[in-house]
Amino acid sequence: MRMLLFIVFVAVMVTLHHDFWLWTDKRLVFGFLPAGLAYHLGYSVLAACAMFALVKLAWPKDLDEDEPDAPSNGGERA
Amino acid sequence: MIPALFVFAYLSIVVYIGIFAFRKGKDSGEDFFLAGRKLGQFVFLLSLFGTNMTAFAILGSSGLAYRVGIGVYGLMASSSGFVIPLTIFFIGTRLWRLGKRFGHMTQVQYFRDRWECSFIGTLIFALTAAMLVPYIIIGVMGGGTTLEAISQYQTADGATVSWVSYELGGAIVALVVMSYVFFGGMRGTAWVNTFQTLLFLCFGTVAFILISRSVGGFDQVMERLAANPKTASLLSRERIAKEEFFSYMFIPLSAIMFPHIAIMCMTAERVTHFKKTVILYPLCIAAIWIPSVYLGVVSADQFPGLGKGQSDDVILRMLTAHSEVWVAGILGAGIMACVMASDSQILALCTMFTEDIFAYYGGKERFGEKAQVWTGRAFVVVVTVTAYLIALQLKDKAGIFELAIRFAFSGFAALAPIMVAALFWRRSTKWGALAAVIWVAATLIATWLIYNGTEGIAPKPGQPPVAIYPEWGQFLLRTPGNVTVYGFLPVMPMCLGSAVLVVLVSLLTPPPSRATLDRYFPPKPVAAGGGIAA
Repeated sequence: MRMLLFIVFVAVMVTLHHDFWLWTDKRLVFGFLPAGLAYHLGYSVLAACAMFALVKLAWPKDLDEDEPDAPSNGGERA
Repeated sequence: MIPALFVFAYLSIVVYIGIFAFRKGKDSGEDFFLAGRKLGQFVFLLSLFGTNMTAFAILGSSGLAYRVGIGVYGLMASSSGFVIPLTIFFIGTRLWRLGKRFGHMTQVQYFRDRWECSFIGTLIFALTAAMLVPYIIIGVMGGGTTLEAISQYQTADGATVSWVSYELGGAIVALVVMSYVFFGGMRGTAWVNTFQTLLFLCFGTVAFILISRSVGGFDQVMERLAANPKTASLLSRERIAKEEFFSYMFIPLSAIMFPHIAIMCMTAERVTHFKKTVILYPLCIAAIWIPSVYLGVVSADQFPGLGKGQSDDVILRMLTAHSEVWVAGILGAGIMACVMASDSQILALCTMFTEDIFAYYGGKERFGEKAQVWTGRAFVVVVTVTAYLIALQLKDKAGIFELAIRFAFSGFAALAPIMVAALFWRRSTKWGALAAVIWVAATLIATWLIYNGTEGIAPKPGQPPVAIYPEWGQFLLRTPGNVTVYGFLPVMPMCLGSAVLVVLVSLLTPPPSRATLDRYFPPKPVAAGGGIAA
């Protein structure tokens, strides 16, 4: 289920990146920002939000076991 | 002249940072190559970002935006703003853990141990080292060229001369980079990268505002560009092919496979440092790339009619023409910092050599850890001096190395499936990895040969692609700057082919021993009631 959700998440982000509907759009947002550039600036903010969601919802808990102050950090060095 | 003084002040500061880091360091390999795995949140984020930000992010992107338009941001930056943090989240954190648990410092160390292989690891070392070397050479070349350009002044009779030649500029840059990498190791390099990124983020914003005021407001510039039929298309993506735009999404997969990025992931003190890093990464990319791309497009209004070679320095022209001399000076130092991004690559190459070759083949055992660190330092000197000598000999051949770097991006991206298989697929084997490595090397060589062999039929910018073998239809096309497969860049079939080969060949060959698999994929603990714990 988690894998399916992840695939859907990546597919949505990749699809949103390809804003073909703005391909030839030369309108200016706020009078100085071309629409295509404004969209991709928004996409960058969305990517940051998506990363925030990933960190909050999908952070692998087992990684925290290797923190320096974790009860057992599994050292097995050569 | 004044910008050059700022640049020299900057160079002095970074040398001092290197020496300061040296005083803080210990004589252990882990301390020199990985800053003792103790980088804090702030330095980790900014140095990881700074390491990945090359001269292209500033100079190249604005030059390309001058010619192609605002689409450059979507093409190269916003895709990176999603894919790079995603790979850091899934791969970078796992590399950090493997480093902490097993003491790995390089990707090859991990592959050798994970797949119980020796020669295949050496082969991966050779391929990655070969793809890294052009960066180091181009870094020295860029240093010489930028210092020469920044130190230009007009003589009484109107002639433009530089008081720092290309040769001297290259030597100064090589010496400075060598000094702080030699003394400071990873700690010095990370601190310098942090300083460089801060410099850019702060003064880039100031310069952007000052330039806006100087040109009379960006709204008027944009209206002029939109009204001119020759420049109106710069406000859209009409000059970029859709297939090319799609293919570029594969390129950021290269980031995590670059040895300097992968090694940097092992320097964080805590895994929680990755959290803020992946969240802020897309915003950092936007903060650097949006002004660069935007100013590149604005330059088309301010300096119309520049050719390809001339448009590469439009950002420097904008700064000189529209900002205070002190801002131009500080940003000149920032641009210099970007050009000098070869520091991390030199350190990564040196880490790889000492760990994957020197230590692996018995050097550490025979001569001790202190000798290993000094071997690393000696290697820094050898690499930098060699890069400088090549930069002198091939001064006019920078295009070859720039092309090699473009190809290297595809090569590193196509190696990503190997890393994914190693980390997440228990059944993957060394033979699967070998098949993918051979595929990547072969396709890189083939693309290089086809590209060079078709320069005679390459269309000019704005002209449609040409079929390389007309009997094969649209299979292989030559565009002004690329070879494409059905319109898509080679990176796409390279990545897909690499992934398919890892899977197929792994399924046909025996997996590593149970003991090794249990080390990397520990069995889940059995719960008290006899069931499998969640």
